[in-house]
Amino acid sequence: MTVGQASHRHPVVIFSRNNRRVKRIREDIGVDDSVLAAIDVDHLQVSYGSQQVLHGVSLSVAPGEFIAILGSSGCGKTTLLRTIAGFQKASGGAIRLYGQDVVNMPPEKRGMAMMFQSYALWPHMTVLGNVGYGLRLRGVPKDEIRSRVAAVLKMLNLSGLEDRKVTNLSGGQRQRVALGRALAIEPKILLLDEPLSNLDAKVRIQLRSEIKSLQSRLGFTAIHVTHDREEAMTMADRIVVMDAGRIAQVGAPKEVYDRPNSPFVASFMGADNTIGLDVRPSGGGVEVSTDNGSTAFYGGEVPVGSLTAYFRDDVASLDDPNARVDGSIILPGKITQRTYPGGHYRYVVAIGDRHFTVTDDRYHDVDRPVGMRLPLASLHLFPQAQSTGGNHA
Amino acid sequence: MSGKSPSPPMSAALDLQRGRSTVPPTSVANARVWALGSTALKIAGLAIFAFLLFGPLANLVLWSVAERWYTPFKLPVSYGLRYWEVVFRPTGDAMSSLATSVIIACLTVVVALAVSIPAGYALARLKLPWRTALMILFLLPQAFPSVAIYINVARVFYSIGLTGTITGVVLVHAAHGLVYSVWIAAAAFAAVDRDLELAARNIGASPLRAFFTVTLPLAAPGIMASAIFVFLESLDEFTGTFFVGVPQVTTLPLLLYNASMGGNYQIASITALILLVPSVLFMIVIERFLKADVLSKVGQ
Repeated sequence: MTVGQASHRHPVVIFSRNNRRVKRIREDIGVDDSVLAAIDVDHLQVSYGSQQVLHGVSLSVAPGEFIAILGSSGCGKTTLLRTIAGFQKASGGAIRLYGQDVVNMPPEKRGMAMMFQSYALWPHMTVLGNVGYGLRLRGVPKDEIRSRVAAVLKMLNLSGLEDRKVTNLSGGQRQRVALGRALAIEPKILLLDEPLSNLDAKVRIQLRSEIKSLQSRLGFTAIHVTHDREEAMTMADRIVVMDAGRIAQVGAPKEVYDRPNSPFVASFMGADNTIGLDVRPSGGGVEVSTDNGSTAFYGGEVPVGSLTAYFRDDVASLDDPNARVDGSIILPGKITQRTYPGGHYRYVVAIGDRHFTVTDDRYHDVDRPVGMRLPLASLHLFPQAQSTGGNHA
Repeated sequence: MSGKSPSPPMSAALDLQRGRSTVPPTSVANARVWALGSTALKIAGLAIFAFLLFGPLANLVLWSVAERWYTPFKLPVSYGLRYWEVVFRPTGDAMSSLATSVIIACLTVVVALAVSIPAGYALARLKLPWRTALMILFLLPQAFPSVAIYINVARVFYSIGLTGTITGVVLVHAAHGLVYSVWIAAAAFAAVDRDLELAARNIGASPLRAFFTVTLPLAAPGIMASAIFVFLESLDEFTGTFFVGVPQVTTLPLLLYNASMGGNYQIASITALILLVPSVLFMIVIERFLKADVLSKVGQ
């Protein structure tokens, strides 16, 4: 996708307005506003009693698109999905499926299918009963139900389990049956409510790619709610990051990961370390300095003033305290802890009275003075006022 | 280094073992006495419990086969099955009142379920503003002295022509049984995961269809248990039947009352034994139906 190139053109995150960026993304991936969206959520508001959960969420999903809604618990992502499914009443706004407003339509009329975190398989039915339920409702003859269920089960590698009780299946098999139940009615829209979060890591990754490949084969539109960043990144065409009942950012995975538009999105995408920087224009570029006196000259494009930089562990690296590297700022400090999670070392570096986590491939001794090297191009910079404070190791 | 490291914990374990073997022998004897004493106590406790439970039952059985038994004798003078024959004679009162009892119990179950299934579902699923008050409302018939209530019920029923009818008795039994059936049904519906219902709605089932294909079958064991409770309560019920049903409607408990008031302990004992059979059978069944997840939600 062209989004990747776009991020190379602007290596440093420039704080920009959300809607402008969304528009650019849509042009990039070829979403035309004149084509009817599969799902068009328009200023949707939802309240539980007096507590408002969704504050006017707007989101447009193209047919065949895979959208992941990412957010911490309580941000309203599940509420959004359940309102789209019709389980939760909206208090304002509209939901349009292919142009038709469904906001007052009961769930059974909306023609979607959903996968639940709890599997929600009916324990009093067999696999055949579960997967064939939707077909039975639609008056499909018994023989045809059997053959269509067999076809669905074959697609999910569950052949021959038709007459098994669902309570006798493993977690992965159960969620596959749930997927089969959803797909048996050939829905245009599949809603996924954290369906993988109860599964073992290995099964989860396997099912992740299975759902993804089924989606590209069958062409349904999918909305996947998750709190797992990697899951969202690997499955989705576009990621929607939600925060406190509002959409914080919408974009392709790489866009959201490399260029978060707010400190919240930056830290949610793993940039947990923060540091205050002071940027002043100097010559052809800018001079970047920190509180404890480290300075660097940088020729790239950065905002000027008092900034907070957000960065991931793997962006920082360890270097000599006195080294000078172009485009990077080096902060002298001391290693206080070293762990080996596998593949690389993870260090805790004390700089002044603050501690940062840094991953580095090389082995360094604890208590050794080092320089934490931060490539300015990879930092997410936001004006200081926006900082929510030190959220670091 | 790594070869030596296991040795310190091992020697520590040895020390511990040695330490244990040096416990004085008197304390070992003491422990043995205590163990023996506690076993004896347990046996005695169980024996008392068994006597309390089975003593009256044994007395009933003895009375049912005693043809003659009077004061100075500790045991019946002569044994026989004459009274069993009297009770089970096709023309006997016992068989007809057993039939009446069973018919009333079955009708009571139907009436109670007709109320408790919708009421239980509503109490479990909907956000009713007076939920607690409603739950307590069903408890009310049990909360007041039943004689006082039934005298007034009998008066009201008399004015609308319900006294002495099966319908009247069924209504009284149902009101009495509703507390079990509504509370247990509400718990049974609450134990069914909401998502299971939503999953059915989601792929095209109407609310009614989802209820009958998913919610009701999953709540069925709990509802079955509540039906059994109502059945047993009705079979056993005396006061209400006495005030509302007499003299036209005679159930087994009424027959038992009449027999024992008339000094006919044999008939009374046999009736009591007959009444015992469904109770014991159903208790065994209920134990299979009422699962912990339903029980934990009763009254919530």
